[in-house]
Amino acid sequence: MTPPGLTAPPVLLHHAPTAGLAVDSSPGGMFSYFSDHRDEVLNWLGYHAWLSAVPVLAGLLIALPLGWLARRYRWTYPPLVTAAGVLYTIPSIALFVAMPELIGTQILDPINVAVALTVYTVALLVRVVADGLAAVPEDVAQAATAMGLTRRQRLLKVELPLAVPVIAAGVRVAVVANVSLVAVAGTIGVPNLGQLFTTGFQLSVGNPYYPPITLGIVLCVLLALVLDLLVVGATRLVTPWRRAVGGS
Amino acid sequence: MIRFESVSKKYPDGTLAVDELDLVAPSGRITVLVGPSGCGKTTSLRMINRMIEPTDGRIWLDDRDTASVPTHELRRGIGYVIQHAGLFPHRTVVDNITTVPELLGQDKKRARARAMELMERVGLPAQLAKRYPAQLSGGQQQRVGVARALAADPPVMLMDEPFSAVDPVVRAQLQNEFLRLQGELGKTIVFVTHDIDEAIKLGDQVAVLRVGGHLAQLASPADLLAAPADTFVAEFVGRDRGYRALGFAGAGRLPLHHEHSVALGSGLGEAREAGVDGWVLVTDAEERPQGWLRTDRLADAASGETVVQEQLNLGGTLASENATLREALDSALSSPSGRGVIVDGSGLLLGTVTASEVLARIEQQRVAADGPSVRRTGAGEAS
Repeated sequence: MTPPGLTAPPVLLHHAPTAGLAVDSSPGGMFSYFSDHRDEVLNWLGYHAWLSAVPVLAGLLIALPLGWLARRYRWTYPPLVTAAGVLYTIPSIALFVAMPELIGTQILDPINVAVALTVYTVALLVRVVADGLAAVPEDVAQAATAMGLTRRQRLLKVELPLAVPVIAAGVRVAVVANVSLVAVAGTIGVPNLGQLFTTGFQLSVGNPYYPPITLGIVLCVLLALVLDLLVVGATRLVTPWRRAVGGS
Repeated sequence: MIRFESVSKKYPDGTLAVDELDLVAPSGRITVLVGPSGCGKTTSLRMINRMIEPTDGRIWLDDRDTASVPTHELRRGIGYVIQHAGLFPHRTVVDNITTVPELLGQDKKRARARAMELMERVGLPAQLAKRYPAQLSGGQQQRVGVARALAADPPVMLMDEPFSAVDPVVRAQLQNEFLRLQGELGKTIVFVTHDIDEAIKLGDQVAVLRVGGHLAQLASPADLLAAPADTFVAEFVGRDRGYRALGFAGAGRLPLHHEHSVALGSGLGEAREAGVDGWVLVTDAEERPQGWLRTDRLADAASGETVVQEQLNLGGTLASENATLREALDSALSSPSGRGVIVDGSGLLLGTVTASEVLARIEQQRVAADGPSVRRTGAGEAS
């Protein structure tokens, strides 16, 4: 991670074949910056994607039973939702730093970030799951009971499928929020796209040096878009009935 | 048979929704629970499949105490239809219908075949099978609701205001088809409505409940109209009961008059010739009545014009040869000529009858029955 070409002369060559000779310090220089650091940046992108997606899945798996609990036993709803809200107000950087203390890992272990982001996802989704399960129309819930579905069958065959659109909306928020939270973890040295911002900051001593920063922003946005599209696509796959309503 | 044995439902706040209800819903018959809101009719219905648990008393399904059966098992053996159908929005029509057979672990292929058969039975085109509920009209959804309730062929059906969320035309259609279907299936049905006309139309017996969950009267529709047990029932049954009661008495063989009719397309001259008291009955080529034509205002016969559909007065209703007194009287009263048209089973003209002749028949029947032709029933079972 040697800061590239600080002293290099400002040659106007955008795709300089010689690595390590970043030259354009304007935001547009990110292309040459990318081709110069392709392996490293792609590696960070991979980590970033992994750190954004996996905690959402893990968080969803934990939020589902918690949300169900909040719905099933109404008295647990206020404490659960309030606790989730409080968790979400903990600054992410603090949580990343405190995590090794809490779960006994190394300070730069990506697991810290994964666990912390899982906590945020759970905080975000508990309420969404509880509200989604509650959104089943009264007559539908009643018909399900009257036809002899057991409580468990009603949950799995009726309430959960009907809550998918609501839960999916929450997952979209969580996944996009995670992409930016992961970047914060980059600033404390965890390998991901956030490192581009640290690098850019370090290289900006004296003159601003934008290429890594711009590249980081663009890749984060693209990653967020792709992950969001994946969630939307998966949701559409499991809710054919919603499309039918509009397209009839 | 469903038997309520002094069943009460008292809520923790002290509200008494149902008060010591004794009631038998006989097998293969439609028992309608009717009453104003707060009379406990829906509560009573839901206590049968234990959506609501009684606080006192027992409900028997034939010789089984419902309290002794696990709820989900009990419910899978009882069809249930509610106001807005309550279809599962995320499942197709056919998947909605096969819900209970699926729960019972029945063979999937057979269940689907039966679902298709049921769709046809309740008047749903087969191509709707793969649609989702939101793609159907309210009437179609309600039909799916009925098919779904019938899917596992339960001997008992509970229906909670199933037809009250659709417009009056569709409602009448659904009611008629429901009666036709019941004629074929002979289920034991408990039907809840707040609409006394619906109760009288559909019920083999009608239980009128008053606020607080008391049974005010249990009687056949005819008896209910003829002999309300008390002022509450009388008021609830409402106006026109004398007239509505005629709907339960056959008119018998009425003295028909030959009606000289003309066919559509006949010359106006012929029509004017045939007119009696200014009106002539117009039929199609097969002698099916189409409407009345006013003859005293007809244009010059020499004009060569013919009788066309647009000229006809369509006000008169038709009564069949085995009509009720109500239908026969209505036929006469609604006819612009004052002559009620009677047709045979295939809609062919038989003759006409006047209102005074129908009234004479009503008088005759009343005398023959020696006073009020009804037994008072239900009053003794009220408390």
